[in-house]
Amino acid sequence: MRLMQKLGAWFDLRLQLGTPIRETMEHSVPRETASWFYVFGSAALTCFMLQIVTGILLALIYVPSAGEAWSSLQTLNHGIALGWFIRALHGWGSNFMVAIVLIHMVQVFLFGAYKFPRELTWIVGVFLLLVTLGMAFSGQVLRFDQDAYWGLGIGASIASRVPVIGPWAVNLMLGGPIIAGATLSRFFALHVFVIPGLLIAFVCVHLLMVLKLGINEWPMPGRIVRRSTYLQEYHELTHKEGVPFVPNAVWKDILFSAFILLSIAACAIYFGPFGPGGQPDPTIIQTSPRPDFFFLWLYALLSFLPPSAETPILLIGPVIGILVLLALPFVAGEGEKSWKRRPIAVLTILLVAVALGTLTHLAEHTPWSPVMDAWSSLPIPQPYLQGRTALQRRGALVFQVKQCHNCHSLDGKGGQRGPALDRVALRLTEDQLIRQVIQGGGNMPAYGKNLSPAETTALVSFLETLHPANQPPARNASQSLSTTEVPPR
Amino acid sequence: MSTENGVSRRAALVKLGLFLNGIVGIFLAVPVVRYLFSPVTREKKFGYDSWLSLGALEQFPAGQTRLATYKNPVVNAWDGETGDIACWVRNLDGHTFQVFAINCAHLGCPVRWFPQSSLFMCPCHGGVYYQDGSRASGPPERGLFQYHYKIENGKLLIKAGEMPTPGQPVARNVEGKTTCA
Repeated sequence: MRLMQKLGAWFDLRLQLGTPIRETMEHSVPRETASWFYVFGSAALTCFMLQIVTGILLALIYVPSAGEAWSSLQTLNHGIALGWFIRALHGWGSNFMVAIVLIHMVQVFLFGAYKFPRELTWIVGVFLLLVTLGMAFSGQVLRFDQDAYWGLGIGASIASRVPVIGPWAVNLMLGGPIIAGATLSRFFALHVFVIPGLLIAFVCVHLLMVLKLGINEWPMPGRIVRRSTYLQEYHELTHKEGVPFVPNAVWKDILFSAFILLSIAACAIYFGPFGPGGQPDPTIIQTSPRPDFFFLWLYALLSFLPPSAETPILLIGPVIGILVLLALPFVAGEGEKSWKRRPIAVLTILLVAVALGTLTHLAEHTPWSPVMDAWSSLPIPQPYLQGRTALQRRGALVFQVKQCHNCHSLDGKGGQRGPALDRVALRLTEDQLIRQVIQGGGNMPAYGKNLSPAETTALVSFLETLHPANQPPARNASQSLSTTEVPPR
Repeated sequence: MSTENGVSRRAALVKLGLFLNGIVGIFLAVPVVRYLFSPVTREKKFGYDSWLSLGALEQFPAGQTRLATYKNPVVNAWDGETGDIACWVRNLDGHTFQVFAINCAHLGCPVRWFPQSSLFMCPCHGGVYYQDGSRASGPPERGLFQYHYKIENGKLLIKAGEMPTPGQPVARNVEGKTTCA
């Protein structure tokens, strides 16, 4: 023991870190902040450290080359002892990190921690969110499969819409005229050197400010933040009724971090690594690219925006969003901190959460995409064919062969791009059905050129049968009059 | 030498040092920027946008639309399969062709051809195009991108080399005909 003390003293004489470390550990924090609500920042940092370690381990095997990356991922999954587990830890660590960073941000927002004097801490936090999302996207590219390839295509298509410099931006992003080796190499450089470097720098500044300015006190309704008095009030709060950070507050951080690491490991073991999906071969077009979980909401948004609004919203929306986040501490730098007295703040969080949740849910079901193989893999349900005439059955065949099933569902199966057709005969008369099939419209292609008159007749007679047995189909009340032959005088 | 003079002389030397570093910095920054922007300025390079063969005309029967692939004119040894690009070739009447990019005009996903209904459908956001490449429905703002083509020695050639995007369609003057919907 005495030897250890001597060694410690030897190093401390030279490093002189003992005193600052002790001061940091023992610094006073407001008593109520030793709370389970204050553990998310440290948990995000724990995730980041896990990502660094597992990332370095993956880099021992991974080959950042467009021709080799996919097979090196296969080797990691199947050829290296527990390579799959390291990949799974890195993948799940990424998901947990994004989630915890978001939770941390919501907590900080609702507790008013961005107010004076912690404006810069919040701003650096916004940059930390952006670089974390940057890591998530570039990491998805390094998992160089079909989703990564076409995801890059989507990124390039969005970048190309920037006025004037769009085509340059595409070339800069792809590293050349097409998605190829240069593209993967630059995303590797971003994911492994550039963004982690920024992340480490931002984390250091963020942490430094948390230590220098002190952790945000527990917000009490009615305790108003004023620039003139806040520092004095905080000083009294921490020194009169404060507790030392170690051990009073830190034990919750440590326990929660352990819990998070355990959860990541459990997910990694239970669910395994993410992909890789199909080979990144652009000539294999039987693919349905979709982004990773945290970008699904964007995927949904892109299909719902009207075409004319898409480019402006895509290009201007993120800028406005980031500016709002950056401006927040300057607009609301003083005043009430407690969420109990800030209904608009709570409503904003709820609104954003509901919007993102809804879009993510929709993106998991992709009701806007045709089910590309429905016409050949999903048969028409039996009851829709029983007791039908030959013409109606012929119409059912046309329905399948002409890919109607890709966009229209029957009995809940098939595409959801267009309306379900189980009760279509209640909505549209025969004439309206013919018009809709031939002319399209309302987001349906016109089939006029692709159906013979006989096929159209058959199809419509099949569609006419799609109504509940006890409800008669829609009919044009004047049709009988107009089609009745008038006897010649 | 007075202390005052000494201080001002040293301050001047610091300024001189900073100035020299600034010059060196600019001197080094020019090649770094030039290097970083090489993907943008590469258009002057020979062969980046060239005529490529899609194969003999017999592979593309009249009245049909077939998938074709070509090797991008500028590839590196480590590009692997990503150097192979697919496109759709439509032979209208044996003499007239349309060559469509595989990339949807919305966000670049690979469109698929359905000969039975004569439609191109996109698996991502549900863009649909008619057989002549014009927009039928969904989020795309325009028809499919088209390549310039020519026929030489019984082979179909297209001018390609760059991924088409909404901001940079491969050939601006080849537009899909608009169909009355």
